[in-house]
Amino acid sequence: MIDKRRIRNWILTTISVILLFLLLGYLNKHASSYVIQILNVTAIYIILTVSYNLINGITGQFSLEPNAFVAIGAYTAALLTMTPQEKAMTFIIQPCISPLNHISIPFLPAILIGGVVTAILAFLMGIPVFRVRGDYLAIVTLGFGEIVRVFATNAIPITNGALGLKGLHQYTNIWWSWGTAAVVVFFIVGLVNSSYGRAMKAIREDEAAAQAMGINTFWHKMLAFVVAAFFEGVGGGLLAHLLTTIDPRLFTFFLTFNLLIMIVAGGLGSTTGAIIGAILFAWGSELLRWMEEPHVFFGLHVPGIPGMRMVTFSILLILLMIFARNGIMGRKEFSWDGIFNFFNKKILRRA
Amino acid sequence: MATLLKTENIVMKFEGLTAINNLNLEIQEHQIFGLIGPNGAGKTTAFNVITGFLVPTEGKVYFKGEDITGLKPNHITKRGIARTFQNIKLFPEMSVIENVMTGFHIHRKFNFFEAMFRLPRFFKDETKMYKKGMELLDLVGLTQFANDQAGSLPYGHQRKLEIARALATAPTMLLLDEPAAGMNPQESSELMDLIKKLRDEMGLTILLIEHDMKVVMGICERIKVLDHGEEIAEGTPEEIRNNPRVIEAYLGEARKVA
Amino acid sequence: MTLSTFIQQLINGFSLGSLYALIAIGYTMVYGIIRLINFAHGDVMMMSTYFAFFGYLIFRIPWYISFPIAMILTAVLGVLIDRGAYKPVRNAPRISALITAIGVSFFLENFGIVVFGGRPKGFKIPKLFGAIFNVKGITIPALSLWIPFFTAVFLFLTFYIVYRTRRGMAMRAISRDMDTTRIMGVDVDGVISFTFALGSFLAAAGGIMWAMKYPQINPLMGIIPGLKAFVAAVFGGIGNVVGAAIGGILLGIIEIMFVAFFPQLAGYRDAVAFFLLIGVLIFKPTGIMGEVLPE
Repeated sequence: MIDKRRIRNWILTTISVILLFLLLGYLNKHASSYVIQILNVTAIYIILTVSYNLINGITGQFSLEPNAFVAIGAYTAALLTMTPQEKAMTFIIQPCISPLNHISIPFLPAILIGGVVTAILAFLMGIPVFRVRGDYLAIVTLGFGEIVRVFATNAIPITNGALGLKGLHQYTNIWWSWGTAAVVVFFIVGLVNSSYGRAMKAIREDEAAAQAMGINTFWHKMLAFVVAAFFEGVGGGLLAHLLTTIDPRLFTFFLTFNLLIMIVAGGLGSTTGAIIGAILFAWGSELLRWMEEPHVFFGLHVPGIPGMRMVTFSILLILLMIFARNGIMGRKEFSWDGIFNFFNKKILRRA
Repeated sequence: MATLLKTENIVMKFEGLTAINNLNLEIQEHQIFGLIGPNGAGKTTAFNVITGFLVPTEGKVYFKGEDITGLKPNHITKRGIARTFQNIKLFPEMSVIENVMTGFHIHRKFNFFEAMFRLPRFFKDETKMYKKGMELLDLVGLTQFANDQAGSLPYGHQRKLEIARALATAPTMLLLDEPAAGMNPQESSELMDLIKKLRDEMGLTILLIEHDMKVVMGICERIKVLDHGEEIAEGTPEEIRNNPRVIEAYLGEARKVA
Repeated sequence: MTLSTFIQQLINGFSLGSLYALIAIGYTMVYGIIRLINFAHGDVMMMSTYFAFFGYLIFRIPWYISFPIAMILTAVLGVLIDRGAYKPVRNAPRISALITAIGVSFFLENFGIVVFGGRPKGFKIPKLFGAIFNVKGITIPALSLWIPFFTAVFLFLTFYIVYRTRRGMAMRAISRDMDTTRIMGVDVDGVISFTFALGSFLAAAGGIMWAMKYPQINPLMGIIPGLKAFVAAVFGGIGNVVGAAIGGILLGIIEIMFVAFFPQLAGYRDAVAFFLLIGVLIFKPTGIMGEVLPE
């Protein structure tokens, strides 16, 4: 019985994924480059929110790391894909240090190494933090974001300082971004629906009770944090090779804040919610751009107000926390069983 | 019969306040042992010391002859001591079956890579966990609530779920902190049957804190009485019932309340 | 390094540390009683500098009137934030409160950008604080002495309130056990609001002196001092008011000495606090004054 359902769900999922990629292929050919760019950004947001939700929503450890981790992944991958000549041309203040200056590797290993480097840093940070009370995770990760900025600005032989890295190849396209997003969702959903996911949720719900279940809370928080870091690092590599230019200003706290809005609006603790939040934000924030542009109301000229979008988002976040803590999905997840049950109930009610 | 759990001169002080003074417990395999005493006697503190949630100021805890004093709660659970909590600590937003399955986590047979890649061993073990979880729910009579949110269950069911969840860790010894609290007479008599069944059929050793004298006198083979952190008596239910110190310290107070 | 530059740096460090101390107390008090990392605290400090800026430089009110008014307004702002944003999520899961705090922090920063403009504004110093002394080859700006002086005054006031008044006693009782304190008939919400008011008032004192020290202000100026002050609070032992003061002063001295001894690493100055935090978490998670807060 269970197995039959599993096969049915598996088939349905496969068909949906194929349909999604057919649609993406169509858009890739016929849509404007503006739309394609937002599609790419949407996929990267999905990678980041689904990972971020693993530590914040599923495991319940409030962390503010994404901007730092995305930066590390982006810089690592970019430094690995740039050719020696490109590096020589980019590093005009001080030359790039050896051996980085003559290394150049393909895109896929580069973004994977970006993920691994990020994961290692997350692990090192996790040791002091998870040993003590989890509260400090937020402040340590927030501080780490500043360190990354300080490092990116000052370690000129590695990061090229404030000038950043320019002229990266635009490897990231629809297939890379959405392909990675699909893989990340596949992995994280697998993890969340396993015994490990239950252990993480147990830590979120009641840490003492989780310990009483024999769960090593230190290692499971660490696992969630490191896995999230890995995928955020990979997302950073994709982002760098989408924008082709990266510099320290790109990875400010704004990025983390936006991701936080996405997972909260989608429903903290729901992977489905994280995906919905990412899609809504990627397209919604484009719509809200008008707030910062100059307008003419009834013949009255109103200049654009920079920062207005962010004011709106921060008010939105506070209101969500006070009045709609569950966001769109709460902690529910999309499932085929849920859909079938929904329709069955409707049919039953009609009968 | 061999000794399973032994505490030696446990002293627990909080900022100068002595919650337990010189506790010596000795619990035999397959015994149902009661720990009773008026409120504030230090019973739950004793549980917390045994299960690693508190490190005693002085004294030792031995389980299966090994010193487990100061081990972390999760390590103690892995060695075979499971517990429930006085103020129910379920995972309220997870489903009933998920709550139970959490207890199987320490016995999982796959690593997190296998979960992420969804390899066969992961599916096989998850299916097994689900099946065994349903069996435990059946044992405590909660099968029909398997997919409900744990936090939405009525109080008595939550207590039973907590027992099922503790059993999932496959303990040799089970510590129950006021399992009958909030249960009606029918539920508590079912609870007594369940506890007996756990001992007789699953071979568990049980240490329980309970205020409901009917339950304590009905199933415990040996009882220890605490008052203000001090041991005041130990013996069979019969002996405890007739011990004047106990009547004065505990039953007297209970009568006053009643 | 000569002795005279060392003394000069020590005074600089002490004065910077005094500012961290004033800001850190607000963090530590709020964390102590409601276990909330008030991410907006640094931004509240930023707001105080704009209040002072408008009073003193735009409306030309003398500093000894406009600065206290700015501090009172900041205290009111602190209470409004608590009542408007934090109180509604007091009984929600802790993560909701933390997210709300991030929201408030981000709101204040961007509100500042929209209303005051993103560009830094120069902050003119009242004459009294602008002087520069020269003693035996050691140049000391008067402000470096005024800052510790005012800090000492405010710290004394705070310690008096926290350790010698009924209100202070109520604050400490709530940090031990909020529910029991409520049952004893203490107006818990009132005490929490008072804590926010006092913390914000002190942050304003720190902020205004900060603005005079650097002397410019901008809407994002509160982020870094806020982060560092939190580190100071953890360093001193979170929840402990005296610890926060000591932690702040030490952090200031450590930071200035780092730059003095390793001038080639001056760009990494902001990283000092972070590594101090990691070090504290590894070696002494309870901080200098080492109190273990009940969960």
